Amino acid sequence: MRLLLSFVLALLLTACAGPQLRGTGDLGLIIERASGCITLVNTSSRQPYARIEGLGDLSHASAVYSRDGRYAYIFGRDGGLTKIDLLEARIVKRVIQSGNAIGGSISQDGRIVVAQNYTPGGIKAFDAETLELLSEVPAEYAPGKFSKVVGLADVPGNKFAYALFEGGEIWVSDFSNPRQPTTQRYPAGLQPYDGLVTPDGRYFLAGLFGEDGVAMLDLWQPEKGARKILENYGRGQEKLPVFKMPHLRGWSVAQGRAYLPAIGRHEVLVVDVATWKEVGRIAVRGQPVFVMARPDGRQVWVNFAFPDNGKMDVIDTLAGKVVHAFEPGKGILHMEFAPRGENVWLSARDDNKVVIHDTATFAKQGEIAVDNPSGIFFTSRAVRIGF
Amino acid sequence: MSANRLIFGLFLLSTATVGKAEPTFAKQPDAGRQQELVRLVRQDCGSCHGMTLQGGLGPALLPVNLKEKPAEGLAATIYYGRPGTPMPPWKQFMSEAEAAWIVEKLMSEFPK
Repeated sequence: MRLLLSFVLALLLTACAGPQLRGTGDLGLIIERASGCITLVNTSSRQPYARIEGLGDLSHASAVYSRDGRYAYIFGRDGGLTKIDLLEARIVKRVIQSGNAIGGSISQDGRIVVAQNYTPGGIKAFDAETLELLSEVPAEYAPGKFSKVVGLADVPGNKFAYALFEGGEIWVSDFSNPRQPTTQRYPAGLQPYDGLVTPDGRYFLAGLFGEDGVAMLDLWQPEKGARKILENYGRGQEKLPVFKMPHLRGWSVAQGRAYLPAIGRHEVLVVDVATWKEVGRIAVRGQPVFVMARPDGRQVWVNFAFPDNGKMDVIDTLAGKVVHAFEPGKGILHMEFAPRGENVWLSARDDNKVVIHDTATFAKQGEIAVDNPSGIFFTSRAVRIGF
Repeated sequence: MSANRLIFGLFLLSTATVGKAEPTFAKQPDAGRQQELVRLVRQDCGSCHGMTLQGGLGPALLPVNLKEKPAEGLAATIYYGRPGTPMPPWKQFMSEAEAAWIVEKLMSEFPK
């Protein structure tokens, strides 16, 4: 009898246990650019916990998160849009939405996922739940002329701001009615190559490749149009060759100052965000690609374009200079800070690993074997404007 | 510039001595260098042209995209860059002969 009772009790306990409940705040994913796979990781244990295959060409892939941090939307180079469940570690849905894509964003209310495309140039909006196509905005900047879209960022009001590489304009599309977006156009400058929105969602900045400067649109007063900041930062000197375009997303604001990559100069530009005037520049060891602030803003980490892509420079924002320079691995393509910045994860593509470094001591804390890693995306992005 | 010429010259010299028996060999980078160049194209050129060379911010580089273009002009674009566009000069990383080899491979079928 006692034996039977304990057997029944054991059964009950097993039934109650069910799937283990957990949140997603310490999860993330790493893109494997060559294999079409992603590795799912836990930033508390600093270990991978699953690998998902079959995502197509991920050579310039990026990810955004649903607001509950459970689902990741991955934009592949081949136009694939894949929705991943981080808890069940599986593909929920996958669609091919264009011929050649470069990234995407998710709306303020979390209901619309928007992809930015090179071919055909424009943006497309999808239902975040089902990935059903809701609407599209072709980047037709002149009759019959379509532009590649860069720098797409979500901004408040279920709007998206982006720039047109060939078109030289900043566009803001309002998806209040997701099936009938309305678009405003603002002249920006020559060859915008990427864009970003400030953490408060107020300013959209587009870096210009074709001229020295950055175009800025005040989204609180868009009727004033885009204006140039950092004009002539190159001071007419000949540019150094740029072997990889810098990325602006993940840019840095610390202590009221913005840190931006210069184009064709081995410098990080420092801008006062109250006046948008240059207040300094910091020499670094190559053409900056990512210039990213630790979440508390005390440090700014910089990686570089080929052939300096094995180096990392760390700027102390109080001292205003590089305080740590090291070579954490070969082909450092991307970095992501732990949600509160105690460590940073670096993709070393040519070493087939992701290395984790303590940001206080700079000591290496661990590494994860990953096949050709590129982008690293943690769920802490889910709650940030412009991510 | 002069350093590049020197390297280029040394390259020619080295291949000239090795390649006496097989004249066409002078144009071909050795197997190890070929691997390096393939990796350079896929990974680093790939950051604009796509790892699968189907295009990105830069144009697609598949045989179908290149077949109408003269090979010498393409090699010059790689070696010297194209002013007014984001295409930089790659001459500090390769010789003219190597740029020509890359073009030849791009126009037929680029190795994995």
